[in-house]
Amino acid sequence: MNWLLEPLQYAFMVRGLLAAVLVGVLCAIMGTYVVIRGMAFLGDAMAHAILPGVAIAYLLHGNLLVGALVASVVIALGIGLFSRGGMVKEDTAIGILFAAALALGVALISSIQTYAVDLSHILFGNVLGVSTGDLWMTAGLGFCVLLVVAINFKQFMVISFDSVLAATLRLPAEFLRNLMLLLLAVTVVVSLQTVGVGLSVAMLVTPAAAAYLLTRRLLPMMLVSALIGACSSLIGLYLSFYLNIVSGSAIVLTATVIFLVVFLFNPLQGLLRRRS
Amino acid sequence: MEKISPQEPARLEIESISVGYNGAPVLQDVTFQIPHGARVAVVGPNGAGKSTLFKALVGLLPLRSGQIFIHEMPLGHHLDCVAYVPQRSEVDWRFPVTVADVVMMGRYGQMRWLQTPGRADREVVRTSMLQMGITELANRSIRDLSGGQQQRVFLARALAQQPHIFLMDEPFTGVDSTTQEATLQLLDHLRQQNVTVLISTHDLTLAASRFDSILLLNKRLLAYGTPQEVLTPEYLRQAFGTHVLKLADGAVLVDDCCPPEDDHVHGSSREAE
Repeated sequence: MNWLLEPLQYAFMVRGLLAAVLVGVLCAIMGTYVVIRGMAFLGDAMAHAILPGVAIAYLLHGNLLVGALVASVVIALGIGLFSRGGMVKEDTAIGILFAAALALGVALISSIQTYAVDLSHILFGNVLGVSTGDLWMTAGLGFCVLLVVAINFKQFMVISFDSVLAATLRLPAEFLRNLMLLLLAVTVVVSLQTVGVGLSVAMLVTPAAAAYLLTRRLLPMMLVSALIGACSSLIGLYLSFYLNIVSGSAIVLTATVIFLVVFLFNPLQGLLRRRS
Repeated sequence: MEKISPQEPARLEIESISVGYNGAPVLQDVTFQIPHGARVAVVGPNGAGKSTLFKALVGLLPLRSGQIFIHEMPLGHHLDCVAYVPQRSEVDWRFPVTVADVVMMGRYGQMRWLQTPGRADREVVRTSMLQMGITELANRSIRDLSGGQQQRVFLARALAQQPHIFLMDEPFTGVDSTTQEATLQLLDHLRQQNVTVLISTHDLTLAASRFDSILLLNKRLLAYGTPQEVLTPEYLRQAFGTHVLKLADGAVLVDDCCPPEDDHVHGSSREAE
């Protein structure tokens, strides 16, 4: 049992674990929508698109999370604006904004002296550098996102499943879609600390994809996804501590292993089960 | 143009509506009234605007001009009283919901934003599934359904909405006999409930035998009245053009199996008589 407790002697490790689990749960729940609505590209783009916000916040010595949050909201609304009324297809709008924002972000960061180190923290996360303030902010944002999801659970389900019914029931579909984009943006920003820009899409998609294979209904899928996300973060961080590898990678690889096990062996529709 | 004389005040009034997508309007200047509880077949060639009419009635397509009144109120006033079952539901059939979940969505219109389904809602869902013969599928994932079962799930959901007006787009096209039978039983059930029913169909025999009135449509309203009044060779020729063949015994054959997408040529061929 000592090996379980040993990392917890360090305050930074405790904060890191808490942050990682919070992020794991939050990403896994929003990731459920990403998986069932086919928004993986959007999630990935969103993660990269917040780079300029982070860079500007860094240059101005502001809070990186706040910078990322502002950038992601701008991007989410921008995608909604460009693709409104079918002027430009949504994935095209995403592609344009995503590449532009990434280019701007790299350009800004390249002007910073300690370029290489900072960029790697932004790209791959730095969960062990999470401060108490960051932790509170993560918890607060996470709580807000989950609250909005809980309030709009029925409505999100209808607009995701059947847009014709949504229109028949006169749901404000456009507003709900934008709200969902906003929640996704906040989630991606929060995930920045643990897995970084480059890997945040994995935290969104991988636990939810595994949960999709294990469940038949939306709410159980979300809960299983959250559990997988939390376990990935916990196990990943311990692996990172003992094997001395980057925490973001360790978390994502753990989630991937869980997904593979589910994919091969799950009782509902596992690849190996079906053939035997 | 004949009109049926309403027994009681018309509950669905369409006043010279024009509806279209991006280009030219599909429906032009269509006016009719349907009394409460009537059963109307909407008939016309492909591209005549049958689906467009239904989409306009649920607010999926905006009106270019004209007005729609339901219970003498403009469209959108009664949020939950029109149910619509499209011909092919363009939903993701791998979505993680069970059959009962989908039928329960029909109740959402009558629940408040934060409300969770109550006993009354579950009872409506149960009877709706029973009516459509899908009770034993209730806990199955929709991933596992056949085409006919999918159609019955959507009919059950529309039924669970407890609508005053029930729109079905081609419910008899390309479904198995179980589903066809269940749909016919649904029609009788809706008659008892005094629900107004509009169905688009290619099946003129069915339209003549099962419906109070027929609405013959080809971008414009050509005729509206009882089957005897509407299913005349003249009207059918106006609607279907040269695809109509009058047989020796007075029967009328409509060859409309694979018409072109754009049907406006039919309208101009009516002088061919």
